[in-house]
Amino acid sequence: MTTDADSATKKRAAGQSAPPPAIEFHGISKSFGPVRANHDVSMTIAAGCIHGIVGENGAGKSTLMSILYGFYEADRGEIKVAGQAVNITSPDRAIAAGIGMVHQHFMLVDTFTVLENIILGAERGLLLADSIAAAGEELKRLEAEYDLYVDPEAVIQDLPVGALQRVEILKALYRGAKILILDEPTGVLTPQETDQLFRILQALKAQGGTVILITHKLREIMAITDTVSVMRHGRVVADKITAETSEAELAELMVGRKIRSGLKRTDVAVGKVALRVRHLTVRDAYRVPRVDDVSFEIRTHEIVGIAGVSGNGQSELLEVLAGILPVAGGGFEIAGRRIMPDDPCDPAQLRTLGLAHVPEDRQRLGMVAEFSAKESAILGYQNEPLYQDGIMFNQAAIAEKCAALMARFDVRPPLPAVLSANFSGGNQQKLILARELDRAPDVLLVGQPTRGVDIGAVEFIHRQLIDMRDQGCAILLVSVELEEIMALSDRILVMFEGRIVAELPAVDADERTLGLMMANAAAATA
Amino acid sequence: MPAASLPRWIDTGVIPVLNIALALIVSGLIIAAIGEDPFAAMAVMVKGALGYQEGIGYTLYYATNFTFAGLAVAIAFHAGLFNIGGEGQAYIGGLGVGLVMLALDSALPMVLLLPLGLLASAIFGAAWAAVPAYLQACRGSHIVITTIMFNFIAAALMVYLMVNVLIQPGQMSPQSREFDVSGHLPFVHEALAWIGVSFARSPLNVSIVWAAVCCLGLGAYIWRTRWGYELRTVGHNERAAVYAGVNPRRVIVITMCISGGLAGFVGMNEVMGVHHRLLLDFTAGYGFTGIAVSLMGRNHPIGVVLASLLFGVLYQGGAELAFEVPGITRELVVTIQGLVILFSGALAYMTAPWVARIYYAVKPRPEPAVSAA
Repeated sequence: MTTDADSATKKRAAGQSAPPPAIEFHGISKSFGPVRANHDVSMTIAAGCIHGIVGENGAGKSTLMSILYGFYEADRGEIKVAGQAVNITSPDRAIAAGIGMVHQHFMLVDTFTVLENIILGAERGLLLADSIAAAGEELKRLEAEYDLYVDPEAVIQDLPVGALQRVEILKALYRGAKILILDEPTGVLTPQETDQLFRILQALKAQGGTVILITHKLREIMAITDTVSVMRHGRVVADKITAETSEAELAELMVGRKIRSGLKRTDVAVGKVALRVRHLTVRDAYRVPRVDDVSFEIRTHEIVGIAGVSGNGQSELLEVLAGILPVAGGGFEIAGRRIMPDDPCDPAQLRTLGLAHVPEDRQRLGMVAEFSAKESAILGYQNEPLYQDGIMFNQAAIAEKCAALMARFDVRPPLPAVLSANFSGGNQQKLILARELDRAPDVLLVGQPTRGVDIGAVEFIHRQLIDMRDQGCAILLVSVELEEIMALSDRILVMFEGRIVAELPAVDADERTLGLMMANAAAATA
Repeated sequence: MPAASLPRWIDTGVIPVLNIALALIVSGLIIAAIGEDPFAAMAVMVKGALGYQEGIGYTLYYATNFTFAGLAVAIAFHAGLFNIGGEGQAYIGGLGVGLVMLALDSALPMVLLLPLGLLASAIFGAAWAAVPAYLQACRGSHIVITTIMFNFIAAALMVYLMVNVLIQPGQMSPQSREFDVSGHLPFVHEALAWIGVSFARSPLNVSIVWAAVCCLGLGAYIWRTRWGYELRTVGHNERAAVYAGVNPRRVIVITMCISGGLAGFVGMNEVMGVHHRLLLDFTAGYGFTGIAVSLMGRNHPIGVVLASLLFGVLYQGGAELAFEVPGITRELVVTIQGLVILFSGALAYMTAPWVARIYYAVKPRPEPAVSAA
């Protein structure tokens, strides 16, 4: 594999006077107990190129980047930056070495302005005013150089996600980053915002910067990177020049086997209405409507997908239907029960009405990280008679149930006593899905079913959802992955600013039209 | 928590022992600095606490109070609540017992007064905790602030009641009359005498049995019932609790009531078990020490018992030390207790990074700290 990398570098370097590679990893190993997160990883990233790293969850991509950025120390191995061996023990050192990182979850102070966030931790001099003035100048320069505009006076909490990401990038550049690491940067962006991000990355490259892009999305790898490394089980299994490979080949390398392309789905006639939503309105703490007069219905044997840029009310819609948020206006009906503002229903009652909910944020809603898997496997069902033995829990029944769920959904490792937090994202998601599907619900709410989940598990989860639909379940699917929405849904609703702005059968949808609808720009641009 | 990646036996065994050792070393340095022999002082302390029957009795009596107070803090902690109000809840719990005894001690036999006293201390303690709990759950007032304020209110209320209402007529000191014998909890030396075992007199009474029952019951409640499950869910992740159909407000109020009830038993031990009358300041800081006990015991009933025994030894041995060694004053003993609380409470994880470094130098990491992504 190193030979691949060498040849790739040589080919690139052939035309130029061969500057030293931006980053070299030599034999990096890192273990967390029995888990070998990185095993003898060697990788060379040429200066001035966009390098992609792809791999399933648990393949070790984030661990490798965390080592580069100084969050972890490698057990073995060496890192060279621009030809110099470096010992990066903390993010400070990484920044000093010219490495910047844009995290998957933004690290910004919500109540500060853009400018304040950018200078945070890099203030100069005694008075803040000096730093702010200096930073203002610097920002203007960066803006001109990279076409990276954000209003420096805007407060973070008022900005859309795409702008937040630009702030993160500016933060890294302001600290003098020549090498920028982006971890799953497009997860929350619209296609249009993604395009804009890619233009920025191209500009960075044109200025001689190096970009490392970690992503699940092979299409993005193909679109933007020059070289790509594929990781599997903690090792680098291939280094490729992007132009010489294909999505199919990369996918195969990632999982180590052929991926079935496309889901087989049978046409099933839809049945009676299982969930009816009428003029539903949800307001936030400031009385601002987050879900605004929404009406739709879902029938049995039907998957309805909600497309939209995150933050346009999809999360609130899921949570109100799950009983977590209160209904502010209108209402919905499930199993003959009407839930209205003056007749609320809590999540426990809704479960007894045949509703199940796979939440968007599995870490914070769907499970308790500090609980063992078997404890997380009964979350929401802790009062079921099956799990009781008098006033005490029936520990044996709980462990048995968890083992059964793990076996059915291939959760690895299949150990009910392991801490929930120690499972990979995909396995956590499978456990939650197993728990929610186990009761054969009539209505299933699913949010981001495959966020942060590896390709192998994505396929499995999609199959399960289709099977549930075939068996008669009415499914409401919220996802930021348009491909997922299009692949699974029978009907697609597009949400914008809390309202449903479009509805179309899945067969009529394509990414471009949906993307434009999501930005509510269909009329203007189409 | 910094020690989260360390194995359990280090977190719950090595680090607490190390903390106590550090506290004792610093104490020893102070004792040496005032010209006394630290080793001799230590010997006096251990002998005073564990060397003879009366000392053991006192040590266990103190440990009983610490156990109740520690359990009160521990259960609240599992629900993510920091109950600083154990002192006030114990005070009011004692008031409850006292009122019941003053009203009924001449009318009912001990068999009936015992459960009534138990119930009264629990209900009064719980009621005192319920108000801050309600304010936290439904009004967003932070429970740390409100429970601290309720300690002061309890103290003020007790002074008023003792001075103006419950004082024994014709007496100068603010105390109630002594309860009839039927309103006394049996001392352990009395109970042992009934079965023919002789044991030196001490304030140790049957409350210690109840403390043991509370430990077992609380352990089962927190880890073996659905209510405990819901309690821990709220403590770890309130949003997940809401998702699971748990009402966090209800859990907060119920948990604080249990916590307050447990603290109330300190009042029972003191009023019904030792003083046999209502008086001022019988809680003597047990409620506050309970916080250190719970922290040191890692909020687990077994840990709480062990920490309580340690603090029992410190209290009893310390009293003996101040009595036996002229150069060591009562204040210095309080300093030693304070050092133990400082090292095992406030600085509980100070040594963790060093322990971790030594441990991992010897052994590779034993459990996955994070799943790789």
